[in-house]
Amino acid sequence: MNRRDSIKALGLTALSTTVLVAACKPSGEKEEVVAIEKEAGREQWETDRDAKLKAETFFTKHEMATITILADIIIPKDGVSGSASDAKVPDFIEFIVKDMPEHQLPMRGGLKWLDLHCFNRYEKSFIEASGTEQISIIDEIAYPKKAKPEMQAGVAFFNKMRSLTASGFYTSEMGVKDIGYVGNVPNQWPGIPDDVLKQYGMEGVKV
Amino acid sequence: MSDFQIKKSPTVYDAIVVGSGAGGGMAAYVLANAGQKVLLLEAGQYFDPRTDAHQLKWPWESPRRGASTTRPFGDFDASYGGWELEGEPYTKKDKTEFDWFRSRMLGGRTNHWGRISLRMGPEDFKPTDGLTDDWPITYDDIKPFYDKVDRMIGIYGTVEGIRNEPDGIFMPPPKPRLHELFIKKGAEKAGVKVIPGRGAVMTEAIKGNNDRAPCFYCGQCNRGCKVYGDFSASSCLVIPAVNTGNLTVITDAMVREVITNKDGSAKGVSYVNRKDLQEYQVTGKLIILGASACESARILLNSKSSAHPNGLANSSGVVGKYLHDSTGANVSGFLPQLLDRKKYNEDGLGSIHIYSPWWLDNKKLDFPRGYHIEYSGGMRMPSYGFGGGVATMNGMVPDRNGKMKDEGGYGASLKDDYRRLYGTGVGMAGRGTAIAREDNYCEIDPNVVDKYGIPVLRFHYKWAKEEILQAKHMQETFLSIMKEMGAIVTSKIEGPETNYGLLAPGKIIHEVGTIRMGDDPSKSALNKYCQAHDCKNLFVVDAGPFVQQGDKNATWTILALAMRTAEYILSEKKKQNI
Repeated sequence: MNRRDSIKALGLTALSTTVLVAACKPSGEKEEVVAIEKEAGREQWETDRDAKLKAETFFTKHEMATITILADIIIPKDGVSGSASDAKVPDFIEFIVKDMPEHQLPMRGGLKWLDLHCFNRYEKSFIEASGTEQISIIDEIAYPKKAKPEMQAGVAFFNKMRSLTASGFYTSEMGVKDIGYVGNVPNQWPGIPDDVLKQYGMEGVKV
Repeated sequence: MSDFQIKKSPTVYDAIVVGSGAGGGMAAYVLANAGQKVLLLEAGQYFDPRTDAHQLKWPWESPRRGASTTRPFGDFDASYGGWELEGEPYTKKDKTEFDWFRSRMLGGRTNHWGRISLRMGPEDFKPTDGLTDDWPITYDDIKPFYDKVDRMIGIYGTVEGIRNEPDGIFMPPPKPRLHELFIKKGAEKAGVKVIPGRGAVMTEAIKGNNDRAPCFYCGQCNRGCKVYGDFSASSCLVIPAVNTGNLTVITDAMVREVITNKDGSAKGVSYVNRKDLQEYQVTGKLIILGASACESARILLNSKSSAHPNGLANSSGVVGKYLHDSTGANVSGFLPQLLDRKKYNEDGLGSIHIYSPWWLDNKKLDFPRGYHIEYSGGMRMPSYGFGGGVATMNGMVPDRNGKMKDEGGYGASLKDDYRRLYGTGVGMAGRGTAIAREDNYCEIDPNVVDKYGIPVLRFHYKWAKEEILQAKHMQETFLSIMKEMGAIVTSKIEGPETNYGLLAPGKIIHEVGTIRMGDDPSKSALNKYCQAHDCKNLFVVDAGPFVQQGDKNATWTILALAMRTAEYILSEKKKQNI
């Protein structure tokens, strides 16, 4: 079935509207034309908005490098699964700050705070510092109740960075597998497995 | 010659229905199946769950991982709409907080709802405390229609014999999940009854219906169901009605007003097409409004004529008044007993597996009426925001070696915490009766129009002590259930400064009462068949006619009332009364 036929078969919902979006590439400064199909179950403005956001760049190379190191400190590779950057968490963070602009200032400012704090201590930016130096700084901002009051800005930034990293990692294919979510398939629900009922002493509880 | 023109269709329909949600869909379904030529106008676009539902998609298939940036209930949720619509404002006065959720799509708000389907009880129609007006009908009047809706659409539940929580004709309910047994045990110790849920999901086939297949337990009803295993007005009412050959659907038709004849009877409807922005008029022998309680009130108030100077069906002045939405408050936390739990698929179905119907006697309480409790928890599909609480929760429970550690952290030990805490969450939400008050209302804002030039609604709404004390009771009850089940509460403890977490009206999306029915034309807009006192060929089939909502979600009552109204229309037509 060719595309036109399949659109016909889908009927009313798949109007073949084509929208032109001009995406400006910073490298060649050439205008590229991207054709956007009407997506099933999406309003046109949603599809257009996603395409526009994906064509924009928010973080600088330096910021992205810092985000990548931080994300991998938060979720490193272990025996079960890969690291945050293996699951492309930095790309997710780049998208989500464009999708939710309220993250932009705290992220940009937080990254700057981190570099300055690192520079004052080691005369290096965060990505230039050694692994040990990086961890000594993270230890100052990763435990909200233990952190010194003057570290509060760093704590707030690290809280956000940690939340975004977890969001990005555990919603990736790798993260979903790691956490053990095994649903999202057509099946039946026979009830709680017997061994689980027994484990929690719930055999006798009825609703 | 002017460019401006109104396109008039020569066809005269037997009925024009405005809105394709539960009420409009049901009216169109009944009339089309009886051979009436019906036109259905929907303000939003076409939507068929079979092709348009985001069911079974994975979080990584959304660039925002299911976040609610563009859709209030997440990127995979079925609703085209929200509390704010571009170019379609509403206003508020006197420091009112009111949020108005509108879906612009075939099936309206039935596409994203929780499918929780509760009948209102005898005391909901005839309250015994004298605080609000009686409905002009009793539970017995509407019971046969609830029964028919049950059989036609499918609902699961259990026969319990609770007087004001009437049983229906039920399919078997889904079995409970692990957190639900903890809830059952804890709630019982706290003196709260827990029974199997009641929802519009087919747990078995419906004889003779080959268009719909039973639930396959993905737990995603709010995304829409490709096999039509749950109720939405598109899949169960409008699309089957189109298949009779008697129903014409026009989408993107934003209704401006009902046009009336010199004698005051309804003649047709004028609308603007959202795509070409042209003006249209269509003509029908009957006009049936099912645009939602507030949108239908808006249409009536905007339909002024010499015969109806106060707006159509509004000689009483009640249109827009008695607006009420369910009360709502929540508590959430986690069960430390479930740390490191075994992983298996417990998606279940996308409506409730268990709930608590109202269980107390108000004579012993400081507030009237009641609420029911809906519960959540378990090993859900991760989405944006996942693990957000883990860096706090990991400071509340001992680690694998039995030692307490500092909350927060990073690295291998934090990664282990995400695994250990996954699936331990538990939450409860109350949904209660708000009192219908004349002074809570929507009206036309004389100064503001939307992008189609239609005057918009302005809201005036205040919670009173009845609702605030109810929310206080919800909070106390939830905390006591949490304690009895050994859960740790992570949500903020709400006190008097926030009305005990009572959500702003409109947030529960059960708004009703704006075009109320009654026997006295000076105090109501509609008679007991939802027919306008002032205009015999005008009917309302959404939640506008509700006199007073119980703590039960509105949909099942909207469906039953709309079916009753449509059958009344057919019998009146037979008698040539309309």
